[in-house]
Amino acid sequence: MNISQGRRDPLKWQQRINSPRRVQDHLAIFLFLLPAFVIFLLFIIYPIFRAVYFSLFNWNGMGPATVFVGLNNFKQILTDQVFMKAIGNCLLIVILSLAIQLPLALMLAIMVGRDLPGRPFFRAIFFMPYVLSEVITAIIWMGLFSPDPERGFINALLVLIPGVHAQNFLGDMNQVLACVFIVLSWKYFGLHMLLYMAGLQNIPKEIEEAAMIDGANRWQTVRNVTIPLLGSTIRTTILLSVLGSLTQFNLIWIMTRGGPVNASEVMSTYMYRYAFIRFQLGYGSAVALVMLAICLVFSVMYLRLARQPDYLGGI
Amino acid sequence: MVIVNIHKRNAIKKKLPRFFQYLVLSIITLIILVPIVIIVFGALKTRGEMFTHPYTLPIPAHWENFAVILNTPSFWSMLRNSLIVMLGSTAGVLIVCSLASFIFARMQFRGKDLAFNFLTLGLMFPITVAIMPVYLVVRQMHLIDTLLAVILVQTAFGISGNMLILRGFFTSIPMELQDASYIDGCNAFGFFWRILLPLARPALAAIGALTMIVSWNDLLTPLVILNRDTLWTLPLGTMQFQGQYSSDLALTAAFVTLSALPAIIFYLFAERQIVSGLTAGALKG
Repeated sequence: MNISQGRRDPLKWQQRINSPRRVQDHLAIFLFLLPAFVIFLLFIIYPIFRAVYFSLFNWNGMGPATVFVGLNNFKQILTDQVFMKAIGNCLLIVILSLAIQLPLALMLAIMVGRDLPGRPFFRAIFFMPYVLSEVITAIIWMGLFSPDPERGFINALLVLIPGVHAQNFLGDMNQVLACVFIVLSWKYFGLHMLLYMAGLQNIPKEIEEAAMIDGANRWQTVRNVTIPLLGSTIRTTILLSVLGSLTQFNLIWIMTRGGPVNASEVMSTYMYRYAFIRFQLGYGSAVALVMLAICLVFSVMYLRLARQPDYLGGI
Repeated sequence: MVIVNIHKRNAIKKKLPRFFQYLVLSIITLIILVPIVIIVFGALKTRGEMFTHPYTLPIPAHWENFAVILNTPSFWSMLRNSLIVMLGSTAGVLIVCSLASFIFARMQFRGKDLAFNFLTLGLMFPITVAIMPVYLVVRQMHLIDTLLAVILVQTAFGISGNMLILRGFFTSIPMELQDASYIDGCNAFGFFWRILLPLARPALAAIGALTMIVSWNDLLTPLVILNRDTLWTLPLGTMQFQGQYSSDLALTAAFVTLSALPAIIFYLFAERQIVSGLTAGALKG
């Protein structure tokens, strides 16, 4: 043990911490991070803790929350048939998105490829619905789905087929979810396609050409070369699509308000109804927390499981 | 002769998939465009024409619906509110994210990874999930019915993703530039302000354009925070207008067209920035 050295070390440390450069850097780090942390804590983290507190109360938003009910709200949510129906609908939309919307987007992206003439044109058109607001999208499609053939374009086309009657679409319990899914796909497939196209841009053409020279046909090349190389993009779009489907609100609320008879109820419309229509803020907080838990569990699990070797990183 | 035949066959073999490709792409293009075109055509018809022949071309075009909308003061106040919110949120996101990303890309300190991961927590859940808790806090702060609250909430939810994009870009700027600027007497802020930000202009434009679109189209935050109709933003106002005038389809169509117009024009001009912002975020994330 060298005492003198032990004494010198703190001195050195003192010197380092007091050197003007260090102080300045620390000050800069503090000041630069301050706004981000303040806003993030105040408007995202703190609200969640507030919601945890209020979820334990039966509270209608007037005055302070006094009726403590413990975990009763959660018990009620998890035994409510309507909420179960909402979760079921969310899962159905997730499955449909993963099974239809994403493969369609991927297929179109590969079809447009890198150098199809007119590529920028198709990209601009396909991406346009994403830029339109959900309100506008919903209003446009409510018109298209109108049960009256004089007003709804889809029915106007349908009645041209002999033997087919006008459909109720958004007013029909068995059709409404399919209609919602069609609108969701119309609006969002362009986003996924865009991401796949950007991913394709990062794959060197030579790799696919090499596979072709080795005798692979077009389909084999796509299956065994292109899609694996797009792995990280596909994983990202799956995450985006699942989170988006689980929490979709605007389109469904405007088009159907969760109806008819809860047929298109999803978790967020259920939450909105209780929190902002019936003003049961305690119960609403509990619903929000259940949704948050579902999203977090999915995100964390997915990010854990899907962390596969990144093929492109190795190129 | 044989050679010519092979050539011909090759040409057909090449052209057939091409034809098929364009066929599929054209059908999808139609599916995308027809709904939009129907509503624009509807806006150019009178209420009566909308009933008698809803799917024909609007000839002659009637611009009265647009005039009616443009003459209502509430449309202009919605437009103004939307603009204020959009500019505020975009400025907020740009300032907050570029400051934080600079630190995460360029400085070393204890707990850096932890701090960064904490700020990217927002990527794990969309705004819909947190809107109810956010409402409670905004109410507690007495910020209900203020545009400022909408701006702050939108900024908060823009932090995670945009910070990730910007940090990636800042990291790619060579360290030598920073050393050189320090030797020349710059401090951390000077380097950030005079060298890093000007170099990062494309990245800033990308996240700026993206934030503008997201803010412009946001319905949920204003819906929950703004009750007074003089504060409504365009999406909120469009939704209410549709409910109120659902019998006058032509007028609704005109309102929808007018409120979509700014976004579409902006998209046509800033497509490159929006696209690069989106792809940078998703490919890095």
